[in-house]
This record gives sequence, structure tokens and C-alpha cells, in this order.
Amino acid sequence: MSSVTSTCVLRNSQAAAIASAPVLGESEFRAFVTEGAREGGRLVAFFGYPQSEGGIRLLAAIARGGESSLEVATTRVDRVYPSLTTDCVQAHGFEREIAEQWGVEPQGHPWLKPVRFHESYRPGQDVFKRQQPPQAGLADFYRIEGEEVHEVAVGPVHAGIIEPGHFRFQCHGEEVLHLEISLGYQHRGVERALVGGPNARSLHLMETLAGDTTIGHTTAYCQAVESLTGVRVPARAQAIRAIALELERLANHTGDLGALAGDAGYLPTMSYCGRIRGDFLNITALLCGNRFGRNLICPGGVARELDKNRLAQLETRLAQASQDVASAVNLLWESSSVRARFENTGTLSKETCLQLGLVGPVARACGVERDARREFPFGLYRFFQIPVSTFHHGNVFGRAFVRWLEIQRSINFIQQQLKALPGGAIRAEMKPMAPGQFCLSLVEGWRGEICHVGLTGDQGQWMLYKVKDPSFHNWMGLAVALRGQQISDFPLCNKSFNLSYCGHDL
Amino acid sequence: MSVATFIVPLVGWLLAPLLPGVINRVKAKFAGRRGQPLFQLYFDLWKLLRKGAVYSHTVSWIFWTAPSAGCAAILTASLLMPLGGTPALLALPGDIILFAGLLGLARFFTVLAALDTGSSFEGMGSSREVFIAALAEPALLLSLAAIARKITQYSLSEILPALSLWDWLQSTPALALATAALFIVLLAENCRIPVDDPTTHLELTMIHEAMVLDHGGPDLAFILYSASLKLWLMGSLLASLLVPVHAGHWALDLAIAIVGVFGVGVIVGVVESCLARLRMPIILQLLVGASTMAAVALILLLR
Repeated sequence: MSSVTSTCVLRNSQAAAIASAPVLGESEFRAFVTEGAREGGRLVAFFGYPQSEGGIRLLAAIARGGESSLEVATTRVDRVYPSLTTDCVQAHGFEREIAEQWGVEPQGHPWLKPVRFHESYRPGQDVFKRQQPPQAGLADFYRIEGEEVHEVAVGPVHAGIIEPGHFRFQCHGEEVLHLEISLGYQHRGVERALVGGPNARSLHLMETLAGDTTIGHTTAYCQAVESLTGVRVPARAQAIRAIALELERLANHTGDLGALAGDAGYLPTMSYCGRIRGDFLNITALLCGNRFGRNLICPGGVARELDKNRLAQLETRLAQASQDVASAVNLLWESSSVRARFENTGTLSKETCLQLGLVGPVARACGVERDARREFPFGLYRFFQIPVSTFHHGNVFGRAFVRWLEIQRSINFIQQQLKALPGGAIRAEMKPMAPGQFCLSLVEGWRGEICHVGLTGDQGQWMLYKVKDPSFHNWMGLAVALRGQQISDFPLCNKSFNLSYCGHDL
Repeated sequence: MSVATFIVPLVGWLLAPLLPGVINRVKAKFAGRRGQPLFQLYFDLWKLLRKGAVYSHTVSWIFWTAPSAGCAAILTASLLMPLGGTPALLALPGDIILFAGLLGLARFFTVLAALDTGSSFEGMGSSREVFIAALAEPALLLSLAAIARKITQYSLSEILPALSLWDWLQSTPALALATAALFIVLLAENCRIPVDDPTTHLELTMIHEAMVLDHGGPDLAFILYSASLKLWLMGSLLASLLVPVHAGHWALDLAIAIVGVFGVGVIVGVVESCLARLRMPIILQLLVGASTMAAVALILLLR
């Protein structure tokens, strides 16, 4: 294939000159994305950035898990271009995002709607011809007409203490025919706030990008900065980062299993897991003083040393928590009524999963071996692999069970690392970032693959910073999983995905 | 008519709000928690009664009369329920049907008020409630008919006090089936797990709770109180079946029966702790199963 030869091939968090990314013609670029996504590749990043000579440059990155490679190509557009979504479903969300941010219309896009309801970055160029400033949720929703079809709207204000999002169901009796999810209520403009940095605020913005994925997003950011400066992170810092990342996974997976039990009305596991999640968070606090892992990871390494005393405490507390979590979670699998509730609920086929480019435990529950820790190893995972946990049903049970498998493997991994923690420094001296470079940084957060892309300007400052939380892909998966399901199963399905609103809205 | 007949409904009216407290306490123990105070519902009722109510502009008089009407229907039903061998204040032949009818009347008002709001959640809740009631009512009536057939009387006040251990020994399978059916009806009618989840905050999965989302203040107090009294009545029915003891003195019998009602509450708590909620379509199977059990009980006794 001709287009592949003219792309730039990178590894996870490898910096390259922006100029090295080839500029393809419209049809070549289309072939690059659609064929790349078809041949076992996956669209991990697709965004626009302004060019000095005017117009918008679109950059797409295709990830190939088998080869651990990231293929990058760009193209020039101005106001319109033919939509890629018609041939590559994965581009769906990305194209909506590009349309909203840069006022570039993907013509022929099947459902062109705003993603985050903010003003266009190019003043006056609003694809949707909205009243300014745009209001979140104000858009057309897909409707099904018919005598007995009814519409149920949920949110953005919910009954529980959760983030805002709007869900519009088209139902026939109890059966859901279609679900449309409208987000954007949490849009804070994080990506724009990073431009011109890094500065004192940058790291804080990363830590608060999605509160439950502090370690994941901060690690991705630091990896990007480190590769653009060419700084090598000491081994000890890499180990502490990996331990923190797995602790974050443990806390969230445990919390999710408890919440799933709660939604099924099974109280014992719910109460126990709620407490044990707190234990895992407290172990993270032992590392850095914050339960969610703030102020731990910083460019160049980690900010806190793990001394002998705390290391020993960490080991004993982890052993205790691992025992507790095993007994609490096994109650779930031993209770046939819980299994009956989880099975055959919210099933996603492997084909749909691949088509939508889903990531994380959701994809692994469909039997797709997709895990950035193995496919695009970063940090410590280049030397110590964690087996990829998969299941084959793609339903709520599968997603719950994959979480349980990952809990066990994460605990084993942390215990191994604690026994053989490398010595030496925990932080390398930072240097300024090289100008005119870019880098893709992938991290497997607990929700799935996190992808950050940073482009530096001529002063070595951020010219553009793109964040992609796993939720960006997976929200669509939730909407599709609900088709043909009972509307009363939505909370359970939603909990089995447990996606981030603020990570999506940025 | 003795003092005892007046005491029976009074006991029910006073102790009913304690029954959900007992269930919650059992569930909390199973979940390793301390749980809310036993008398929480009394505090809630007292709080709500002192509050004002907020009404939507779209609702009509139906919305604000329904809670009191529903409460009145349940209070009337409570006058029909004997306890511990003491006959009820009101008794007439065939009042087993009146009892079921009054429970249905209370539900009718709740559903009407829910539909009056025009909210999609309340509409869904109503349709589910009616669906479940339509399946639970045959089970209730058939099992009551089976027990009535056993005693060959048609008034609750004559059936339940007459029931003895001897009847249980004579027709164990039939009475056991009828009791099991009634227990399932109790779970279904009082929005307990595995049919409904009384603690959920998720509107999309609610059944009974979804219908009363828009009520507040004294109206909500009436709704909560009638729900607890309904649970008490179903509990009394089961307690009379399960503990047909005649100790000799009416006060002692009454005390045993009250302990029996709370015992039923403990069983409900244990069942709720050990089971997850069923998927909505499976509830159909559970309730049809209950009706079948009741029908088999009736057939066994008709022989």
C-alpha cells in the first residue's frame, strides 16, 4: 500500500519533528485512515491544529498493537472535507470534535452534533450555526415516531451524586430502541489552558482532568514532556509510577464491583467493596499523602520517596486488602441471583467493539486483547508484563469479571515490584522541551487506554495539547450496548462501563 | 365486642413504622454496617408532617387527594385484619375479597396521582406497578381462598383465629404452598428485593418509588405510613399463618403474634440480603409461580 510508506512511524512516547509527519492528499489520507482502521489498526488520535499559512491541518494516528507502532499522517483542509466516518466508524467522535473545535465540516457525517458545546476556536466559524455562546444539550436528538414509542429523558441533574450528562431514551414499553448520550456540561477548556505552557498550572490541570484517573493522566502527560525534553526517568521512579497506576486500578475496580452489586440490590458486596476501595485509596495516600495520587508524579520522575518504613507498611496493608477484596468479591460469583442479573445484560459483540474502537475492560470483556501495557509498553511495563485479562461474553458479567481478574493481577504485580524495588534517584533534572516536535503518549489507565498528544511551538512551548480519555470511545459503546435492552437495566449497564464525564468533556 | 378488638388495630397503627426499621437493621447487619436507627421512620414521619408540600403547576386535585385517600384505604383494610386470635373490629363474610380490594384501591390512587404528574419516570413506575399487581393479585386471592377453604369460613376474623397447629398437620403441603405464595406476594406488594429495590436512587429501575417521586411533606408522610401499614398487614397475615398458637389468654396470644410479625420482618431482611434483584422480565415468572403454588394449594384442599 502506497500510503503506508509515506507515513511517519513512531513508538509510544517517542518524539519526532512535526515536519516529519507527511502531508497527504485528501484521498491518500482517507485511504490511510480507513484502511489502517480496517487492517487491525485503531484510530487513537485524530485532531486538527491551525497552520501558520491558514487553514487547518488534520493529524491522524493509527495504532497497531501487534507491532507496537503508531503511524501518523496529516492532511490540509479548510472549511469542508468528505467525512471519514462513512468508511471508518471509529472516526465518528473525532470528526464531531474537529467540526466543533475548528469549524471544519465533515460532509456526509451521519450524525454531526456538537460534542462539548463550546465556541469554535476559529471565531465566527460555527459548523452548527448555533446561537453564541452555545448551551450544553441544545441540539437535535434522534427520535423514533410511533403510537407506542415513548421518550425518556434523564439528566443532566441526577438522583445520585454523579457528574452531569444527558441521556435520551427512545423506548417501546420497557425496551430501549435507541439511546443518545449528550455530554459537555463539564467542559472547562483544559486543552486550551495548556497551550503556551508548561507552567505551574499544567501539572495540576492534569491531576484534575478526571479525578479518579489522576495517576493515569499525569503519567501520560509526564511521559510526553519527558520524551520531548529527552530526559530519562530513573528506574526507581518508573517502579513507583507503575505501583501507583496499579493501585489506582485496584481502588476503582473494587469500587466498581461494589457499585455493580449495589445496583443489583446485593448489599453485602456493596458495603464491603465500598470500604475496601477506601483501603486501596489509603495505600495510595501512603505513597504521596493524597488518596487520589495527587502530587506524586511529576515530569522527570516522582516527587515522593518511598522509604523502608512505608514500604513495609504498604506490603502489609496490601496483603490485608487483597484478602478482604477476595472474600467480598467472591460473594458475588457465589450468588446465583447476582450472576443471573449480570448475565445477558448489555451485551456487546466483538465486531461492534472493534468497529467502535472501544478500549479498556469493556473491550477486553468482548474478547479483544487490547491493553496498552502490553501492546505499547511504557515505563516499567517494558520490563515486567501483566497478562491481559479477557472474557468472551461482552456483557455486564464479562465486564465485572474482567475487573476481578485485573484486580488479582494488579495485586500480584505490585507485590512483585515491592520485593524488587530498584534503588537510585527518584527524579531526573528537567530541561526545556525541544521546539517543533510532537509525541504521542499512551498509558493504560484503569478505564482503558489514555492517549495524550503534545505539539511544541518554536519556543518549545505547547502549541497544542490533545487529551483523549478512554471514555471518549466508550460512551458510544454504552449507547450501543443498551439497544434492545430493558430500560431498567440501564443503571447496571452504565455502572459496568463507569465512564468519566469530565474526562470526556475536558 | 371486647377491648381486645380495639387494641388490635391500635397496635398495628402504632407499631407499623417499626417494621421497616427491623428489616433495615437486619440488612445492615448482613452488610457489616451499623444501620439507621430502628425508629427512623417515626422520625421521618414526624419531620414530614411538620413540613409544607410543594405542588407542580401541572397537577390537579387528584395529585393531592390521592395520598390521603390511599392512606384511608389501608387504614380501613387494617380494621379487617385479626391478630393473635383476636377478631378484627370489622368482620363480614367474604371480607377476604374486601381486604384485597382495599389494597387495590390504595394502589389505584397512587397510580392515578403518579400519572397526573405527567413525568416519564412516574408513568414507567405506574405501568410496572400495575403489571406486578395484576400478577400478584391472583396469587393473593387464590391463597386466601385456599386457607378459607381449609377453615370453611370466608371472613379473615373467622379464618385466621381458627387456624391451629392441627390444621397444619392435616394439610401441610397445601398450607405451606399458600404461605409461600403469600410471602412472595408480600415481597412484590411491598417493593422488596427481589422484585423492587426500596433503597435505590435510580429512577429508571424503580417501581413503587418512581410513583411517589413528586410527593413531599405530609403527602409523603401519608404514603410512607400507608406503605409501612400495608407491610404490617401482610406481615400479620403471614404471622397468623406461621404461628397459629393459642396460649389461652388474648394478651399473651397478641404478644406472640406481634413477635411473629417482626419475625416475618427478619425473614424479609434475610431474603433481601441474600438475593440480588431480579431482571424485570423474570418477575413475571416469580409471580406466576406464586399464583400456581396458590392454585395448587386450593386444588389440594378442594379434593
